[in-house]
Amino acid sequence: MEVYSLKTIEDLKRLRDQVQAETRVRHESSKQIIVGMGTCGIAAGARDVMSAILDEIAKRKLEDITVRQTGCIGMCEKEVLVDIVLPGKPRITYGRVTAADVPKIIVEHVINGNLIKEMVVGKITE
Amino acid sequence: MRELSLHILDLVQNSIEAGANKVTLEIIEDIHTMDTLMIRVTDNGRGMDEATCKNVINPFVTTRTTRRVGLGLPLIHMSTERCQGYLTVTSTLGCGTVIEALYQHSHLDRPPLGNIVETIKSILIANPELYFSYCHTVDQTVFSLATQEIIEILGDLPLTQPDVLVWLDEYLTHNVMNLYNSRNLHGGV
Repeated sequence: MEVYSLKTIEDLKRLRDQVQAETRVRHESSKQIIVGMGTCGIAAGARDVMSAILDEIAKRKLEDITVRQTGCIGMCEKEVLVDIVLPGKPRITYGRVTAADVPKIIVEHVINGNLIKEMVVGKITE
Repeated sequence: MRELSLHILDLVQNSIEAGANKVTLEIIEDIHTMDTLMIRVTDNGRGMDEATCKNVINPFVTTRTTRRVGLGLPLIHMSTERCQGYLTVTSTLGCGTVIEALYQHSHLDRPPLGNIVETIKSILIANPELYFSYCHTVDQTVFSLATQEIIEILGDLPLTQPDVLVWLDEYLTHNVMNLYNSRNLHGGV
């Protein structure tokens, strides 16, 4: 793989060409990760949790993950809240998430589909 | 909040909650002449009438339905007051809002700008429908970025594509660091 600097807009164009040239299977439904970013969430460290999530996606080269933010849902004392929605599965909310918990959530839940029961604060079935 | 970049994240979240699809962030650091740091967030959300505008710095005034307290604006307002600065809230109902926060740059109580790269990344990646532009000036040096530019290049590649994420991190880090030349950015200076 060609190694080049990743610091300019030109590099993005080259990267796009390279990635588009490779054959990738695009799945219809993607996995969703939603991080609470109200004032309470931000004060509790939501940005660092978001960064850790993005680092894991980059490191593990995970495709088709949608990352979103949401406002305050009222469980301020349980922030940082992270929701995981896997296609066809109920929406799971994890509470008191720290950046250190993120690798475990990604591997156990997002990749392998297993809940981390001790961190769950809510479950919504469609 | 420990870093101004966290307040910035909070202000942009407010704009998004107000229904904005276009948000501009300006950070103007005038270190050597005026000794000021200014943050301005402009949005095209639903705006506020004059009465709400005046009251919004009150912690017991909020559009949240989940709680009766909204601390975002009161907290940033307090941070400006500690640093010989001010916060202004200007808005037109139906058009949008401008929040402007000014600080004395060298003031000992001024929170560090902090990790602006992570704040920008968060905003860009989690809000792909948002037209966001970021313009950061430190004395005479300027760095600016607009989502339109990036999305035009990417086409249907999402920002969460792993290689794109790596590019975005390096692009932002490198260009923001250049603004300060040799000064260390991460870790909150």
